[in-house]
Amino acid sequence: MTTREMHFVPASEFKQRSAVAIGDEHLRKSFRAAMDFLIARRAVQFSEQEAFERQRRLAEQIRQYSLARLPELLEQLESKLTENGVHVHWAENAEQANRIIIDIAQRHSTRLMVKGKSMVSEEVELNHALAEAGIEALESDMGEYIVQLDGEKPSHIIMPAIHKTKLEIARLFAAKVPGAAYTESVDELIGIGRAVLREKFMNAEIGLSGVNFAVAETGTLCLVENEGNGRMCTTVPEVHIAITGIEKVVAKLEHVPPLFGLLTRSATGQAITTYFNLISGPRKAGEKDGPRELHLVLVDNGRTQAYRDQQLRATLQCIRCGACMNHCPVYTRIGGHAYGTTYPGPIGEIISPHLLGLAATHVLPTASSLCGACGEVCPVRIPIPELLIRLRGEAQHPVRPGRSPLLGQGAARSRLLDAVWSAWAALYTRPALYRAFSWLATRLRGLTPSAQAGWTLSRTPLKPESRTLHEQMAKRRP
Amino acid sequence: MSARDAILQRLRAAPRSQQAVAPDVSGFYAAERSLQPASTRAARIQLFCEKMAVWHAEVVRVTAGSWPVKLRELCAAKGVKSLLYGVQTTHAPALLAAGITGLIAYDRDADEWKKTLFESIDAGLTSTRGGIAETGTLIIWPDVHEPRLMSLLPPIHFALLDGGRIYDTLPDAISEQRWADGLPTNALLVSGPSKTADIQVTLAYGAHGPKELIVLLLVDEEELG
Repeated sequence: MTTREMHFVPASEFKQRSAVAIGDEHLRKSFRAAMDFLIARRAVQFSEQEAFERQRRLAEQIRQYSLARLPELLEQLESKLTENGVHVHWAENAEQANRIIIDIAQRHSTRLMVKGKSMVSEEVELNHALAEAGIEALESDMGEYIVQLDGEKPSHIIMPAIHKTKLEIARLFAAKVPGAAYTESVDELIGIGRAVLREKFMNAEIGLSGVNFAVAETGTLCLVENEGNGRMCTTVPEVHIAITGIEKVVAKLEHVPPLFGLLTRSATGQAITTYFNLISGPRKAGEKDGPRELHLVLVDNGRTQAYRDQQLRATLQCIRCGACMNHCPVYTRIGGHAYGTTYPGPIGEIISPHLLGLAATHVLPTASSLCGACGEVCPVRIPIPELLIRLRGEAQHPVRPGRSPLLGQGAARSRLLDAVWSAWAALYTRPALYRAFSWLATRLRGLTPSAQAGWTLSRTPLKPESRTLHEQMAKRRP
Repeated sequence: MSARDAILQRLRAAPRSQQAVAPDVSGFYAAERSLQPASTRAARIQLFCEKMAVWHAEVVRVTAGSWPVKLRELCAAKGVKSLLYGVQTTHAPALLAAGITGLIAYDRDADEWKKTLFESIDAGLTSTRGGIAETGTLIIWPDVHEPRLMSLLPPIHFALLDGGRIYDTLPDAISEQRWADGLPTNALLVSGPSKTADIQVTLAYGAHGPKELIVLLLVDEEELG
């Protein structure tokens, strides 16, 4: 097996989709405007570079410390949560995660599950699995609700509907929301969503959420949000299921504020979000609301592959702020859908190969000019450009001695490319052959084609000089 | 092997990081604080009010004696016909004495009157455990007497905050109130009314939760300003 099954559009068609996206002037304008807005908002929060560096060094240290002790922290988290009355489940892959959730849902005869924002649930394609089991899954984050209503996937991890204009949403609501009158007022559109979703919160048997930070020492799940839908999903229904990647755990409660502060400021330039929701257990005896049953699903789904390599492990430091995509010149031009993966942009390029295998995703790490902006803004100092280069190499080469192969190792290997480099190596290590080649190349320069595949699309053709460098140097000698 | 054991085994088989020094978070904040002038009660209150205004919340300065009357006025001005409150709270007697009409006690399981809670209540009044000046934030720990939904379902949320319990930062609040020693089932930080910018990055309030947040800030007579 070199790839995992997925229902997202295949990442391997990335180049075709990017070409289409580049040609969509309207999409490019939307993304450019939105990213400029987010970049400017973030810049206000980090006006002092030195202070930002101090903060992110601490955040990096916290994340590295957590990852260094990951197995112990996961066990501590599990035992604390269990003590608090939370059911903890483990899933090695998407299929297991979905099975666990569907089993809980079926035990409670669930017809409707309301969902707060959870990228991991997108990653395991939970909605698809629930639909097959006859359970309706409704996204309740406004942006997620909008893209779900239009049968789409999110195009940004923080702002899922950023590719849509107000007018498109106005038309969408009028067409798809029963009884909704056409309006172009954002307040009224949000009002329509609010009314629809409140009804759903009230009637759903289960609420599902993601987790931003899981605290091992207290057994606490932290959720960051502005809208209040996360609070609804985790408070109103009888059952709350939280789903998260195994890397989200931190050792101590005091480790949360530095990460939380960097997360919101990096993501949307907010000093803090409207709500920070710390959940440490289901409804206790005597409490009048809150879920009676609380579950946490811890998902691996390829994360242990990144973990076992000291360099690639840094990928798991991510706190999912999206700053790397906001600042990525490639993401800004092609938008989130072109990637075809749950996580687009630079973070997607370094995490997707572990989740889906290099066979399906080897093209993604090449979707970068290596300008370095992603690494510079990363609040936990993930060396994204270095990881991109590493993954490009792993896609081209067989596994190095002493390392374990990545899923889809060497998937981008091309016989032609290998042959070209072998020939190059042969020429440049054998002086006689090299001289013969360069003599021929210079004398036959008139035969050089003027169209040279991709090179001449935007550059003048390559043509050898009339004499070799050795000959020219020999002439210069006194 | 169970999924749990398989995952843990894979993690344990991975090479250990060379350095895993525990981060000195409190040392970091102490150093950062030394760069700032020492904070005062007045400065904390001032900053809290400024930041809350940024979040579109209203802060009304009141005294321990005047808040019930002020709340009655606010309710009248905003057309509040039903106000949810917790019966066994320290502020309940003063509230009941203020003669506010439409007081509704949150005295039974939410399941028994979910529809009413969702659709027929105009406002909720809760206490708070403190505030955070740096970010304009309320600390709310719902409990048996003041359940979680009180600060979520009604379109208007009134919150009582003691001016003496405003901390400079979130880390200060967490350490001074010793949160790590025991958290409730649900603890909340609330900074303004519910909002979203998901439609063309245009800010709209009242996404799912309260559309208005009004903080009744309890201060001394001379701080009323």
